[in-house]
Amino acid sequence: MSSVLFDHPGPKARARHKVIAAASAVVTVGALWWALAQFKEKGNLDAAKWTPFLTADLWVNYLIPGLLNTLAAAAASIVLAGAFGLAFGMGRLSHVTAVRWVSTVIVEFFRSVPVLVMMFFAFYVFAFNNVFRSDLNSLAAVVTGLTLYNGSVVAELLRSGVGSLPRGQTEAGLSIGLTRGQTLRSVLLPQAVTAMLPALVGQLVVILKDTALGYLILYQELLNKFQQIGSYKSNPVPALVVIAAIFVVINYALTSLASYLERRTRNRGRATIPRGALGPAPVDTEPIADALVLADEEVLQERYRVPGRAHE
Amino acid sequence: MGELFATYNILGAFGLTILLTVSSAVGSLVIGTVVAIMRVSPVRFLNRVGAFYVNVVRNTPLTLIIVFCNIGFIVNLGMSFTDNIARNNIIWAIIGLSFYHAAFVCEALRSGVNTVPAGQAEAARSIGLTFGQSLTEVLLPQAFRGAITPLGNTLIALTKNTTVATAIGVAEISGLMKEMMEFRPDVIVVIFLIVALGFVILTLPIGLVTTHLSSKLAVKR
Repeated sequence: MSSVLFDHPGPKARARHKVIAAASAVVTVGALWWALAQFKEKGNLDAAKWTPFLTADLWVNYLIPGLLNTLAAAAASIVLAGAFGLAFGMGRLSHVTAVRWVSTVIVEFFRSVPVLVMMFFAFYVFAFNNVFRSDLNSLAAVVTGLTLYNGSVVAELLRSGVGSLPRGQTEAGLSIGLTRGQTLRSVLLPQAVTAMLPALVGQLVVILKDTALGYLILYQELLNKFQQIGSYKSNPVPALVVIAAIFVVINYALTSLASYLERRTRNRGRATIPRGALGPAPVDTEPIADALVLADEEVLQERYRVPGRAHE
Repeated sequence: MGELFATYNILGAFGLTILLTVSSAVGSLVIGTVVAIMRVSPVRFLNRVGAFYVNVVRNTPLTLIIVFCNIGFIVNLGMSFTDNIARNNIIWAIIGLSFYHAAFVCEALRSGVNTVPAGQAEAARSIGLTFGQSLTEVLLPQAFRGAITPLGNTLIALTKNTTVATAIGVAEISGLMKEMMEFRPDVIVVIFLIVALGFVILTLPIGLVTTHLSSKLAVKR
């Protein structure tokens, strides 16, 4: 409980904390009570609006197919974004200037355009040119948008992961006679991927959440099912709450897995890219590189007891 | 291209995007700061409430939150701030965006606090600063500097996420882009590039400024 901001509480402070806790509990419960009362007034808490979710009908015909579509779009995007990220991440590390520049422009561009804009664009390009069977257009558009954005994030993670490894790794690889490409593939990438792993799992949450954008191009994913359920059982609000709960449970599990991986990697004395650096945002590589150097410095200090030399 | 700008109010739509961004940035900063104070406070109950808020909101799709603002609050509860439907939708979009990004602002601020080593608090106390002095003179200035980059990242994400407001019929740029693409399939690539370039212009300076600030204000340790 102790933090950098506060001292350990003494008896007076503990009494004060109890008063604050009690007062804020009253406020919190009161606010929740008021909100629930508003929704109750409109009949949202009626048993009839919630019991359908206890029947197999809603799950088998609506929620599970929706969830499967969500997972299908997410899975396809993960695989493609991984390939995209690997290609352009290595492109940004290339020693051929032209390749590096092209990769940089592509990655930076797709990171700064909203996913939704890319989805709309892909949707209309596919639709007007009959690229896919018409019922596959929205899936293809969702996957395209997610791949381009998340692939760029993965490329960025890869680059910063490799860039922040101790320089001795590259030197060692080159000095035992590996080519630059071999050093990258067999020495640097495996270490970078280990460091990236928690951040990559965190990115899965971003992908899974962003599949819900498919709602706007009528992809039949989980969020879209609320309209069908809502008009079938006339309970749109409970349907949204249940769907939100499904998203939260899955994503919370993934977030917990990411923190576990981060802890485990760190406990093994390796650097990680902190998940916080990702947030909802395009990754800014410099703080990640900083964080890696910081983490690395700690590791090095622990291991070799050579303070202050890790930045070399 | 000039004809596109003449037929469609592209700049106006970008103006609404900027309005959404700025208002939601202020809103999420206020809510996020409150939640961050709860999460770092020594009162365990407040920690729990703050953590619950962050975990629920961070793991819910923004689209769902925006749709809920419409279905739950506008349609079901009939809550409206004004009789003007378009303006009411804008207000609710700002509320939804603020509450969503508040979770990320909270985590950004908290990660700023986490960059301050415990030794700083111990040093402040050992030279005789009071609790308030050590907080305002030593700890918070460092915590704020550590939070600049994640806050900047959140602002960039917020700028791009305002496009989701089109889900409840706010006439910002992605909705207009959809309309333009439907009616002018012949220049679809040009339309995309205009919109994409607009977002590059909006987000690039934020990234540059925060990178500059965070390196200029970085605490050397």
